[in-house]
Amino acid sequence: MTTPTRFRTCPTTGLKVDLSAERLIKANAVAAIVFLAVGGLFGLLVALTRWPAVHLLPADLFYLVLTAHGLDVLLVWIIFFEMAVLYFASAVLLNSRLAAPRWAWAGFGLMLVGAVITNVAVLQGGSTVMFTSYVPMQAAPHFYLGIILFAVGALIGCFVFFGTLVIARDERTYHGSIPLVTFGALTAAIIAVFTIASGAIILIPTLLWSVGYISTIDPLMYKTVWWAMGHSSQQINVAAHVSLWYMIAAMVLGAKPLSEKVSRMAFLMYILFLQLASAHHLLVEPGISSEWKIFNTSYAIYLAVVGSMIHGMTVPGSIEAAQRRNGFTQGMFEWLRKAPWGNPAFAGMFLSLILFGFLGGISGVVLGTEQINIIMHNTLYVPGHFHATVVAGTTLAFMAATYLLLPLIFKRKVIWPKLASWQPYLFAIGVAGISLFMMGAGTLGVSRRHWDITFADSILQFDYPAAAFLMMGLNGLSAVLASVGGVVFILIAVGTVFVGERVGDDEKLEIATPEAAAATAGPTVSEYGSEKELKIPGTTAMVAVFFTVFVLYYFVNWKYLSEIWPLS
Amino acid sequence: MAISPPTERVWWRTPIARVELVWIIIALLWGVTMFSMMIYWHGRGKQNLSNEAYRVNPQAYMQKVQTEAEKYKIREEAGIPVVKPPPGTDIYMLARLWQWWPIFELEKNKSYRLHLSSLDWQHGFSLQPVNLNLQVYPEYDMVVTITPDQAGEFTVVCNEYCGIGHHQMIGKIYVTEGAGGEQQ
Repeated sequence: MTTPTRFRTCPTTGLKVDLSAERLIKANAVAAIVFLAVGGLFGLLVALTRWPAVHLLPADLFYLVLTAHGLDVLLVWIIFFEMAVLYFASAVLLNSRLAAPRWAWAGFGLMLVGAVITNVAVLQGGSTVMFTSYVPMQAAPHFYLGIILFAVGALIGCFVFFGTLVIARDERTYHGSIPLVTFGALTAAIIAVFTIASGAIILIPTLLWSVGYISTIDPLMYKTVWWAMGHSSQQINVAAHVSLWYMIAAMVLGAKPLSEKVSRMAFLMYILFLQLASAHHLLVEPGISSEWKIFNTSYAIYLAVVGSMIHGMTVPGSIEAAQRRNGFTQGMFEWLRKAPWGNPAFAGMFLSLILFGFLGGISGVVLGTEQINIIMHNTLYVPGHFHATVVAGTTLAFMAATYLLLPLIFKRKVIWPKLASWQPYLFAIGVAGISLFMMGAGTLGVSRRHWDITFADSILQFDYPAAAFLMMGLNGLSAVLASVGGVVFILIAVGTVFVGERVGDDEKLEIATPEAAAATAGPTVSEYGSEKELKIPGTTAMVAVFFTVFVLYYFVNWKYLSEIWPLS
Repeated sequence: MAISPPTERVWWRTPIARVELVWIIIALLWGVTMFSMMIYWHGRGKQNLSNEAYRVNPQAYMQKVQTEAEKYKIREEAGIPVVKPPPGTDIYMLARLWQWWPIFELEKNKSYRLHLSSLDWQHGFSLQPVNLNLQVYPEYDMVVTITPDQAGEFTVVCNEYCGIGHHQMIGKIYVTEGAGGEQQ
């Protein structure tokens, strides 16, 4: 060991915090939030351009900004934050020292340099190829180089995480099995290795092609392997934000998983099956058989979807069980009514859960159905879907976790608590609007990644229905609302880091609700995860509503499909 | 708690609560149902892709499209030939920066084997207002049998980003009632 490790003991949680891990968590979280601010601004510019009444940017800038938006938020913001989550879930939750902090810093440096290089490439104007950079459209070599460096840095971070798990086990810093949240983070890290390997397999040859060492890259092969990175990286997000749901429920309400076995099985299904989702992007492509499409697009008979449906019950179920133990036992929903809705960590987490499930999850399964994809592929339905998963799901969950990270890791009290308690709602309503109105416009046929749906400069003419223009306007308004929520978040996060009131070294913070603190501080923590005592009628009712909506929406789309021109 | 090691050391031997078990079974059955729906639709549904595709040289494909267009051209529109091929035959459309070529005039309720390929980058064949979307690749010729069941003017919008003229890339397909009227 080259650097002596020093620890502090967190007065609130009792956890032993490795200071080198703490510094890395801070650095990654700060970098993440900077890129969220930049990428979010690009996103607002995109939405304002697609709002027909505003139509802000000229065409070339619009496509440039859209490329940068995808890169900065979908890749850079999320992966930086995930690195913070990995270091937190390993070193901090396991009371362990972090493996190889210097390697972790090297990884951080590579990610930062890579992200900057790719941003420069895009802003220089020669790499307006969209986030997906489908060949044979070509970007400047440093566009690909930056992404490769970024990915190598992230890979190092994953191995530091694995190394920390090994150290913690060897040094017996915890007893029994790793916590569920760490297990979920492990899921995310394993998927990340697969993701980055796929990225290397396709982007290294593409880099060589862009400098002229390779003559051609097959466009279909590119897209198949690229999406093994592109879609899998979204599965890292799912594993990470589901882990954060469990974490926030545990910290704020003292929630315990209903069943460790069931929740871990659900994560295991992610590891085994989520990576097949490259197929979601290949359903209307030539040269790929229907057998391949059906098996892969369904994640092997929807086993990964089953994983998510399980979390959809066990996360709110564990919250309900904890709240009932905390004394909220009246009727079906007292536990939910009297949940800490003014706590932005909890509110953000719960809104993320609801929006991810209802909007992102259901639309994703429908969109990923082989034949139904014909009426949705490359329309605005697609970004509608993934803004529900990645923004309403992942980003909102990360924001919620930040409200815990600030006092516990940055040791600063959140400034403007009143505004902070509103922030998740502002952002969630805005993002829900973005998702719904884009899906609506997509259902009406509006193309994604399109500068002018009036086709004013075109030789031939076409008018989308008036409702499509209404949808685009409402999408613009929602984007403004979400941006307000995003700006408030960034102001609070940055303001707290710089001018927030310091948390004293021995000061015990009130992270948990008073009821949860009383219940968990008692001499015996009551057991409710057992077979006999489990009562979650409110969750059962919510899951029943979810399932009904899912089934109805799924079959409605088959009906829509049956009405288009026959194809064979 | 989820942030600490499981309280039961042998957590994998603890029984699963009934409500969870029921939900897992429902979720598994729903997965099988959705999986089966896709297979069922290949048998009974009327909207399926053919899986028929060929490797093709873009130059050769362009030659083929031009030859076919000259053979069945009936008029021009904005400099683009309007082509009326006989029903039941192979019809060829190409995508290039930033044009769908040629324009077709088809007959309602007749089937055509539509070939699609690109001469340069990827494009998105998005038939509006039907909302039928297919991905078009260079070097791959995708064949789909289409049977227009409505008469009228239809527009092909490009919905895969293909550079600065992407939003101007529009094509047309006209569907006429045809000589046979309502007959199949």
